[in-house]
Amino acid sequence: MTVAPGLFVPRLRHRRRIGTIVATACAVLSLIGVMFLGVLLVRIGKEGWSWLTTAFLTNFPSVLSPELAGIKSALWGTIWLTLITVSVSVPIGVAAAVYLEEFARPGRVRWFIHINISNLAGVPSIVYGILGLAVFVRWMHLGRSVLAGGLTLSLLVLPVVIIASREALSAVPKSIRLAAYALGATRWQTVRSHVLPAALPGIMTGVILALSRAIGEASPLLILGALTYVAFVPQSPWDPFTAIPLQVYDWIDRPQPEFHHLAAAGIIVLLGILLPMNALAIGVRAWHQRKKAW
Amino acid sequence: MLSTFGRFRERAIHAALFLSAAVSVVTTAGIIWVLVYESALFFHGNWSLLVEFVTGTEWAPLYEPPHFGVLPLICGTFLIAGGALLVALPIGLASAVFLSEYAPSSVRSVLKPVLEILAGIPTVVYGYFALTFVTPYVLQPLFSNIEVFNAASAAIVVGIMIIPTISSLCDDALRAVPRNLREAAYALSATKLEVSTRIVLPAALSGVMAAVLLGLARAIGETMAVAIAAGMSPKMTLNPFVSVQTLTGYMVQVSQGDTPAGSIAYQTIFAVGLTLFAITLAVNLIAHRVLRGFREAYE
Repeated sequence: MTVAPGLFVPRLRHRRRIGTIVATACAVLSLIGVMFLGVLLVRIGKEGWSWLTTAFLTNFPSVLSPELAGIKSALWGTIWLTLITVSVSVPIGVAAAVYLEEFARPGRVRWFIHINISNLAGVPSIVYGILGLAVFVRWMHLGRSVLAGGLTLSLLVLPVVIIASREALSAVPKSIRLAAYALGATRWQTVRSHVLPAALPGIMTGVILALSRAIGEASPLLILGALTYVAFVPQSPWDPFTAIPLQVYDWIDRPQPEFHHLAAAGIIVLLGILLPMNALAIGVRAWHQRKKAW
Repeated sequence: MLSTFGRFRERAIHAALFLSAAVSVVTTAGIIWVLVYESALFFHGNWSLLVEFVTGTEWAPLYEPPHFGVLPLICGTFLIAGGALLVALPIGLASAVFLSEYAPSSVRSVLKPVLEILAGIPTVVYGYFALTFVTPYVLQPLFSNIEVFNAASAAIVVGIMIIPTISSLCDDALRAVPRNLREAAYALSATKLEVSTRIVLPAALSGVMAAVLLGLARAIGETMAVAIAAGMSPKMTLNPFVSVQTLTGYMVQVSQGDTPAGSIAYQTIFAVGLTLFAITLAVNLIAHRVLRGFREAYE
């Protein structure tokens, strides 16, 4: 087929072929993340599985004999941190979200708090460690305690909780609120009995994701001056502590290969906590999207 | 009508909720106050120290004589963050195009959560993987002159880490492009690829740029993976095969030692922290500005 110069040539077959090539390339590239995840999990499983014994869970760390070392103190430290973070960040975060979505009138105050929260969400986690070091450890004299660590992590995940809760609240249809008002309910009664229960699955998803972030964080705790070698379980919020990611970092930091196996075993424990939490969050969201009545 | 008690309760609840929302504002104010106040103590009326901090090319605060030039740390930070973007941008953007334009919803419903799991893995795990797998089994066979601690392995794992950030924000931007733009192009007999690259991508460009900037901000603030994989030697270099140190890596290194309040080591944490905070805040603010422009475009 000859065509005069300057006329449009469709060349459709050629264009479609290029399209198929690029589409395949995109599909392959998007699998790189998945493959990375696969290699990472297999590698860590291989390195750490045989070191993951019951003794590993019930022993304290040991610098001299890696065969006897365990993560008991780190496991308990992480449990303490999680409990403190839940009890501080969830009430404050959900209350802040309720204020911004249900109570605050649109205006400068609401806009300012909104901008402020979205900027806080972008602040690197290590900077929260600096804040915690100056405010909780030094100024409030909490020292390098598990309470100082928990409060720091609470501030760190607060923006995550607020943003997720706001999204969940704003997804609740207006008709539910109007129906409650029509029956004479006050604003708070409406929120407590109707809006919050309807938004609960979305809030829970956000809270689980926020907690899984808090559990995996090491850098703010390092800045606080949390110890990496602790051979006791914290008995009160004022006791020194370590946490699983800190303990793992300490083991990675040592040159001997035995400690790298210990680190891998610690990572298995950490991922054994975090991956089910992530799955649960994704599951709750999927279940809620299928089930919701509106 | 509400009883007096009922009215009081409504007001008290309103006030309590407001105070909770105010915690976030107090947090921001606290961060800025702490960083600026402690940094001011560090520079305290010492102009030459401030000039050295901003322009000096050697960072050795704990040696004798000490050097306080922060540029090597900034150089290391941007070397790793830039390398991470080189990894994350093509993969993240390709994933987003695949997810929003090509993938059937069944593939999408599997691939998206898996990418989210990548974002949920602690960064200390990425550091372990970089040090014990990426460097010895991927990089050292390819480049024989690479050091055990190197910027390249850190950049690769940080890049993988920010793929979910970039791909999910790009995905949102691509899906926000109205259907009628695509249909108009199809009506002119454009192929799917042409619609994606010449219509959808340009229309979503500001969203894609915002995604890149937010990913960059995350890479700049990333700590544990970088501290583990990149080493502890601050230097002005763009060579990815040698050990460098980032702003965050320095703060980790100093915090591991004994840092009594008021010591030089203690104060440098705040000066370096202020530098990091200022850089990430600037990148985040630009990203949000870009994003706002994009949201207004089709409404």
